[in-house]
Amino acid sequence: MSEARTEVLARVRAALGQTGSGTTPSGRVGAPPHPEPVPREYRAAGEHAVGSPEVLEQLVDRLVDYKAHVHQVAADALPATIATLVADLSEPDGGMARPGSDRSVRVVVPAGLDDAWLATLPAEVDVVRDSREDPTAATDLDAVAAVVTAARVAISETGTIVLDGEPDQGRRAISLVPDVHLCVVRAEQAVQTVPEAVRLLGAHPERPQTWISGPSATSDIELDRVEGVHGPRTLHVLLVGATP
Amino acid sequence: MSRTFLGLPRTLRRPDDAGAVDEPFGAVPHPQEPLRWGDAFPAAAKQTLKNDQLRRNLGHATQVIRTKRAAVVGEVPDWEALRDAGSAVKQQVMAQLPDLLQQLEEQVTARGGVVHWARDAAEANRIVADIAKAKGADEVVKVKSMATQEIGLNEALADEGIAAIETDLAELIVQLADDMPSHILVPAIHRNRSEIRDIFLARMGDAPPDLSDVPRELAMAARAHLRRKFLSAKVAVSGANFAVADTGTLAVVESEGNGRMCLTLPETLVTVMGIEKLVPTFDDLEVFLQLLPRSSTGERMNPYTSLWTGVTPGDGPQEFHLVLLDNGRTDVLADEVGRAALHCIRCSACLNVCPVYERVGGHAYGSVYPGPIGAILTPQLTASTGGVSGHHDPNASLPYASTLCGACYEVCPVKIDIPSILVDLRAREVDADRSKHGVDPWKTAMKAASWVMADGDRFALAGRAATLGSGLGGRDHAISVAPPPASAWTRSRDLPAPPRQTFRQWWAAEHETSPVETVETDGPTSEEDDR
Ligand code: SF4
Repeated sequence: MSEARTEVLARVRAALGQTGSGTTPSGRVGAPPHPEPVPREYRAAGEHAVGSPEVLEQLVDRLVDYKAHVHQVAADALPATIATLVADLSEPDGGMARPGSDRSVRVVVPAGLDDAWLATLPAEVDVVRDSREDPTAATDLDAVAAVVTAARVAISETGTIVLDGEPDQGRRAISLVPDVHLCVVRAEQAVQTVPEAVRLLGAHPERPQTWISGPSATSDIELDRVEGVHGPRTLHVLLVGATP
Repeated sequence: MSRTFLGLPRTLRRPDDAGAVDEPFGAVPHPQEPLRWGDAFPAAAKQTLKNDQLRRNLGHATQVIRTKRAAVVGEVPDWEALRDAGSAVKQQVMAQLPDLLQQLEEQVTARGGVVHWARDAAEANRIVADIAKAKGADEVVKVKSMATQEIGLNEALADEGIAAIETDLAELIVQLADDMPSHILVPAIHRNRSEIRDIFLARMGDAPPDLSDVPRELAMAARAHLRRKFLSAKVAVSGANFAVADTGTLAVVESEGNGRMCLTLPETLVTVMGIEKLVPTFDDLEVFLQLLPRSSTGERMNPYTSLWTGVTPGDGPQEFHLVLLDNGRTDVLADEVGRAALHCIRCSACLNVCPVYERVGGHAYGSVYPGPIGAILTPQLTASTGGVSGHHDPNASLPYASTLCGACYEVCPVKIDIPSILVDLRAREVDADRSKHGVDPWKTAMKAASWVMADGDRFALAGRAATLGSGLGGRDHAISVAPPPASAWTRSRDLPAPPRQTFRQWWAAEHETSPVETVETDGPTSEEDDR
């Protein structure tokens, strides 16, 4: 194996014209490249401030365009909104009733989620707290109706929300297997452009990131977009602190 | 070519997969060589041109994607600046490749991953099979990946008694049909909804018997079918869209969530990646995560992108293997002109605008890499076995699978000058020809130019071809191509009008004897040129 490593690296050097490295498989030694310096003339940030009304308006527009459900709520109304959305899951036509689950609804949350957000959940809701130390098995997650998470950053131009696996967002599996994702985004987390988000996330590149732009979708059959394939089929974004 | 159907080996089908049909749905059985199958381009194209269904499906699909792409690219004010940056970053990557590869290896290792190096397809397949066996897995779930198609991983695993389950909807369709993909991004683009329903009913054991051909229903049947696989799989295999050298971070860009399933749920993850897929720094992702989705699916952003760095304790796979694959890439890198083909981020935009691709479809290219990028990449990847200048190698004909209209260059998010590389590769083939047969390369080359310019309609497309004329004389002549101006035609319409003469006829005229068979000429030829 290390033999392969040595040889591949030698081939790369030969291809780049570094002599004394042998040749590539077809017997070549390439010419040294002369790469141009990288021009960074693209926008490093948008014209609108983080969390500004313009950014929020664009974020909502793009999220809706990708068939996410957006709820703009004041901070003190967040628990009630979460409660309402979770209660709706037990409605027969909510599609969430599973054999053997009666009327009770299971919701998974990351252990670091703000408890206040769940303060007004209906009594029949069974809350599963998940963490890296105490992970829920994937097969159990499959029997969970919904997940509630926070987020790290949102990008308005692309309608993207990024989770980075911190305790209020949880393991990647919990926001993947359940069919409904309630994702709480604070207004001041919304940036306009991709570079702004990447630079923020670059502070902790080692964290596992999931970039979410609308619910999962496929266009594989005659380019007809079908929302909801393997990931959550329904994405609710609760945008906190934005005045609708 | 023997017809061996190795998509999902029947012997390895689970009861729920077992189909009653013995004959494959696929017109294209799985090849022995994923980079070289079937006839040379002209003969293969002649076959696919007869398939009206294929052409209708393709025409519809490419037109839809082109329109979407144009709309979302048009709304980005700094698109050209992003392309310039993307192109330059990739040049830097190639120039610093030895250092960046070692940096990536260090970072992935430091984060608990294991890095493997593979000189060729067989070595990469061996590594993956050994890991799967060590985990006791007789089934692995797979995320769509060009690299694993290129090395024929599924077939290699099947030989070892391991079933590779494709989880991307289109790949699943292709696999169930024992077919071959025909497009980088939408591999089942050549199938329409009723064909897909028939494939599911015959081949997917748990498909509802009353399955309709409504795309939503078909997608839900696939969801149900695959969910159990995701929940039980021990090992997943993926490719990578990008690898960040300075942090060891890997990125997979997808739509359906099957990628997240594979990258998250199984205990062991094996990622197979071409050595060219690097970017130097984490911040470079800000360029490519803008360029790729808009160019590829015509979305502002794809539904899901996963980034991970080695192993995260308690979250996701607890064992991570990264296989760095050469398999001909260093031969491409050694070519001063052709090395730019390694900048490709596999967005498939060049396929969707290519008038030749739109008419013949992906299968005619005889490679897992079809379309304009395939025409420059496939011959070079197979250079060590005659792909570029081997007179009898079907891949040597691929650089002729183009009208040199330049549309591919205009849309390429990393500005790969595909037409120039095509001309360079043709010139090399011409040189090889001359040394063998004493053919005057200038004469051969000018025939191509004169055909393009002989007709008013074609002339509208020929801006690029004309500027490339200086390169048509064979490799001995210096190739001096000025950076092409944005041609007017791409702004006024997204796809050039079809040439009156099919490229097949053109081929026949240009290339009196094709490497495989003589194609009869039934249209105007370029014999008026007698220089
Ligand atoms: S060559 Fe350019 S346009 Fe074609 S697939 Fe690659 S990156 Fe996309």
